[in-house]
Amino acid sequence: MAERSFKAEVEHLRLGAGETFTGEGILAITKALLENGVGYVGGYQGAPISHLMDVLADAEELLSELGIRFEANANEAAAAAMLAASVHYPIRGAVTFKGSVGVNVASDALANLASSGVNGGALIIVGEDYGEGSSIMQERSHAFAMKSQFWLLDPRPNLPCITKAVKDGFELSEASNTPVMLMVRIRSCHVTGSFQTRDNQRPKLTVREALSNPQSDFARVVLPPMSYAHEQDKIRNRWPNAEKFIRERGLNEVFGPKTAPVGLVLQGGMYNGVIRALQRLGLADIWGNSQVPLYVLNVTYPLLASEFLDFCEGKDQVLVIEEGQPEFIEQQLTTFLYRAGSTVKLRGKGLLPMAGEYTGQVMLDGITAFLKEAAPQMLPALVRAPNEDKPQIPDLSKTVPIRPPGFCTGCPERPIFAAMKLVQKETGKLQISADIGCHLFAALPPFEIGGATMGYGLGPAANAAFDGGGERRPVSIIGDGGFWHNGLSSSFTNMAFNKSDGVAVIVDNYYSAATGGQDIMSSRADNPTKATKHPITKALKGIGIDWVRQVDRTYDVGRMRDVLREALTTDAPGPKVIVASSECMLNRQRREKPLTQKAIKDGRRVEAPRFGVDEDVCTGDHACIRLSGCPSLSLKKLDDPLRDDPVASIDQSCVGCGNCGEVADAAVLCPSFYRADVVHNPAPAEVKRARLRDRVIGWLQSRRAARRLTFEGAA
Amino acid sequence: MTVQETLGNRAGTHPVDPRLSGIIKLAILAVGGQGGGVLTGWIEDLARANGYAAQATSVAGVAQRTGATVYYVEMAPHRAGEAVPVFSLMPAAGDVDIMVTAEMMEAGRAILRGFVTPDRTVLITSTHRALAVSEKMVPGDGIASSEEVLAAAEVAARRVIAADFDALAVAKGSVISASLFGALAGSGALPFAREAFEAAIRAGGKGVEGSLRAFAAAYEVAANPVAEAPPVPAAKPVPKAQGPARLVAEWDRLAARVAALPGPVAEMALPGLRKVVEFQDLRYGAEYLDRLAGVMARDVAARGWTLSREAAKYIANAMAYDDIIRVADLKTRAQRFDRIRREMRVKDGTLMHLTEFFHPRAEEIAGMLPARLGARIAADPAWMARLDRWFNKGRRLRTDRLPAFLTLHLLGGMKGWRRRTLRHAQEQAHLDRWLETALAEAGRNYDLAVELIRCRRLIKGYSDTHARGHSKFDRVLAATSRIASRDDAADWCRRLREAALKDEEGTALEGAIRTIDSFA
Repeated sequence: MAERSFKAEVEHLRLGAGETFTGEGILAITKALLENGVGYVGGYQGAPISHLMDVLADAEELLSELGIRFEANANEAAAAAMLAASVHYPIRGAVTFKGSVGVNVASDALANLASSGVNGGALIIVGEDYGEGSSIMQERSHAFAMKSQFWLLDPRPNLPCITKAVKDGFELSEASNTPVMLMVRIRSCHVTGSFQTRDNQRPKLTVREALSNPQSDFARVVLPPMSYAHEQDKIRNRWPNAEKFIRERGLNEVFGPKTAPVGLVLQGGMYNGVIRALQRLGLADIWGNSQVPLYVLNVTYPLLASEFLDFCEGKDQVLVIEEGQPEFIEQQLTTFLYRAGSTVKLRGKGLLPMAGEYTGQVMLDGITAFLKEAAPQMLPALVRAPNEDKPQIPDLSKTVPIRPPGFCTGCPERPIFAAMKLVQKETGKLQISADIGCHLFAALPPFEIGGATMGYGLGPAANAAFDGGGERRPVSIIGDGGFWHNGLSSSFTNMAFNKSDGVAVIVDNYYSAATGGQDIMSSRADNPTKATKHPITKALKGIGIDWVRQVDRTYDVGRMRDVLREALTTDAPGPKVIVASSECMLNRQRREKPLTQKAIKDGRRVEAPRFGVDEDVCTGDHACIRLSGCPSLSLKKLDDPLRDDPVASIDQSCVGCGNCGEVADAAVLCPSFYRADVVHNPAPAEVKRARLRDRVIGWLQSRRAARRLTFEGAA
Repeated sequence: MTVQETLGNRAGTHPVDPRLSGIIKLAILAVGGQGGGVLTGWIEDLARANGYAAQATSVAGVAQRTGATVYYVEMAPHRAGEAVPVFSLMPAAGDVDIMVTAEMMEAGRAILRGFVTPDRTVLITSTHRALAVSEKMVPGDGIASSEEVLAAAEVAARRVIAADFDALAVAKGSVISASLFGALAGSGALPFAREAFEAAIRAGGKGVEGSLRAFAAAYEVAANPVAEAPPVPAAKPVPKAQGPARLVAEWDRLAARVAALPGPVAEMALPGLRKVVEFQDLRYGAEYLDRLAGVMARDVAARGWTLSREAAKYIANAMAYDDIIRVADLKTRAQRFDRIRREMRVKDGTLMHLTEFFHPRAEEIAGMLPARLGARIAADPAWMARLDRWFNKGRRLRTDRLPAFLTLHLLGGMKGWRRRTLRHAQEQAHLDRWLETALAEAGRNYDLAVELIRCRRLIKGYSDTHARGHSKFDRVLAATSRIASRDDAADWCRRLREAALKDEEGTALEGAIRTIDSFA
């Protein structure tokens, strides 16, 4: 079960014609899929579309009512391959994953799909993880559309436009026999708003019905000579049909005055940012009525030469606002102008930065710079000739610390990396490669472990060059999510087949945790529609890896360290794999906290652990923090003139995971930590014993206190 | 110069009132897990319920994973059937009307990112700190300055509402999202009545009562900002000793010796005296004062007794070193048990188990032996290996149970034995050497002597950390001795010490020493 439940919101998916939906973009997309008679959906989680997968999973009941098949695919390639159902059958299908990394994984299937062409509408919803908050390399999914010849929608980021794009996408796909990619950016996925709903539609042909009447057509298979025919078909038929559809249905939009010396050409996703810049320049009102003509590309591939040239007609200059690099759109539009022998000057990158997100400031600066050169008369006087004085705001860049994401309070991965740091103190620095997932936070202080990540499921594969071994063994880290995504085949069979001498640590936290706690093959949860509880160790044995160590409590730092040491030093040949298992604390707390509270209320016996620090034993050297970084383990300045440095302190948010005590022990740090277990609803005999003990201890304490000096306010 | 700043200036002469302009732009900067999403949801619902169109966005991917997260809401009056305003999906520098920050450094980050500008922004911030890893992991004091951020906020914002909204919420049994919502209501920055805010909380339906309590408390703070008087440092209560009359009388005699010292020295010497007396006994306290007198004799009033004041602090710290006896004593005191029960909120009808984490090594055991025997054993690898075999393992001691409590209670009562131990001899020797080194400079270079005294700060921690501290201390003193004749020796000594406190491995210190080597 995922971290966030959409059970309540899913009810909104039942809204009918003429009603208003209010909520998040992700949910609106789901609703639009249902309204457009989708026959099957699938995908793989990852920000910013994780919630789309969660919504679909929570909506499974409604989906099956409508005869829609939902798959939580093993990875993006599997999701894209599923669209094969739309190749022969007139069934609409939609899959979702994150871009650009998910598209990378899916590209094999996408290329085949695009070559075969589709009969039913095929929609790929890509959450483009670019700009602030992104967790991946900064690239564009755009290039995939260009290389495989499928179409790319980039609608204006509001709910009516996004849901319309779902409808347009299916129809465009069917009109041109081509898969369509609908791109939504991080903030569009989470943007809230409203749109008018329509009734949900059952698919005209369900996947079950299709199975009763199987179809095949050799012409659709990507094999010569058909593959040559596919290429010709793309150029001769599918592309022109797409252009026709886009033009006739007016998928791209033009706003603003008919005539003006300048115009702006923009990706649909840039629209709100452009309008805001124009609002701030006094060139648009709050409803977006612009004094500068806008050509909004809700379809960013293919581009329509005629439509673009019409827009340029009578203008001196146009500015292309295209986020990301390289500037595919700008290059294409420049070609259009050149081929048409046009004298319109096209501007773009240069006035706007080539790389990086187009934030409010970037947009304002870029558009202002363009207008200053191209149409200064349009700008308010103060923008043309600014006066220079401004209040001097103190520079805080040296003061404010960075706050990257890190392991949560009580995270079971923390002790694994504490152990690894301890091992490296013995062995010296090791060659360590990492994968994708929460464990990658170990690359940041305080652990600073791992020097590379080559993609999801590829952590151990990224150490393949070192498989032959050497003075010290290479170590790789991979999560359980990565293991099932692609790691079993790409990383572990690679290790096994090549008789790798390396060490791999599989961080098994029972979920695809970094993407929001979705279930995977080895999850321990009961899941009515998915097969869970398949141990990773069994899979490893199955591919012939014999040296496998299962650690069932990662918080045992000493054992973690010993197992790592053993893996690094054993004489056993072949891959050495450690499966380190403990449940993701975020999910565990979410599951257990209500149960615990109920148990206490019901009068059942509950032990609630929490850690503490004796501040007069702590010397303020912070060695414990350098092996932890836990949010609940912080510092406190003492009101003691004799002490210089703040001491460690554990706050209320501690979940008693045990890492502090284990690390203090394994690293031989200090005796400052203690664990207090509060026993709720103790048994009567237990209370009696405790009272007796307390009396003896109390007597000893007061006896000693009476013989020595004590001070008021003493600790 | 950017356009935003120009427009800012234009507006600067006529402050923009967000209630009068078309779109209200509100940003929230929070640390993952603080409930920024809940707060955003309330604000959105509030706006929609009161005739506004609203749009919220966030970058939620890493929100729960402790990173800094931005939430953004825009709203404008809207009648059904009318066109919906075009809202932006992210805050822009110079274009934020209300900035809510759920932590002090996040306020700093908001200012740094240009989201707080004098012409328009009302800044509502909690002043509490959630320390970043980079602040916590330095061996010294790496905590960023809240004062700097507050000072910048006063310049950068149109209006600042700052209070510890976290503590306020916790006191009301709620969380910071509720108190910040109350502060937002109390600030009057949004054109909605208090009741409308409370209705939004009720509509949310979760933890309503607690949220409303925190909301109300924060509302009052924000609506009635009292001119905050600079905190008057409370006069330090003089530690009052209790116990057997004979001991109290002796304590009073020692306290009187302290009272006779010059003010700045006495201020440090009294807590120092208490520390060493608590560590050992009154005789040890007298020795402390004798040592201090030795420093006083080399000090001069003209320098404000800085040397003696610093010596009073660090001699006490050096004399009250961290040995097994001290730790065992502290761990078994009644006051400690009471404090933990309070902190863990142990109520009637519940019990508390208490587990301590000890990991003694051969060094600690040898340190407890009589000095000569201990030194022989410490020098004998075979014996040390044997001791490690016997003792070196993690021990979890349940001090709420009798066997563990008795063990520690007995160890804590071994003060009489302490003076004979190897550890004591080592500590005394080290202390004397350090003090001599520092005082030797007092006549020649007073400032250098003060800095050398302060270097004692480097020695802290247990086992490896303690050893590393010692090694850093030695390296700083050695490097200083090479340049002791220079006029700027004190300054270099200070720089070396500060470098040593920057990181665990001593990388910064190595760098500083290399610099010295280049000219020494």
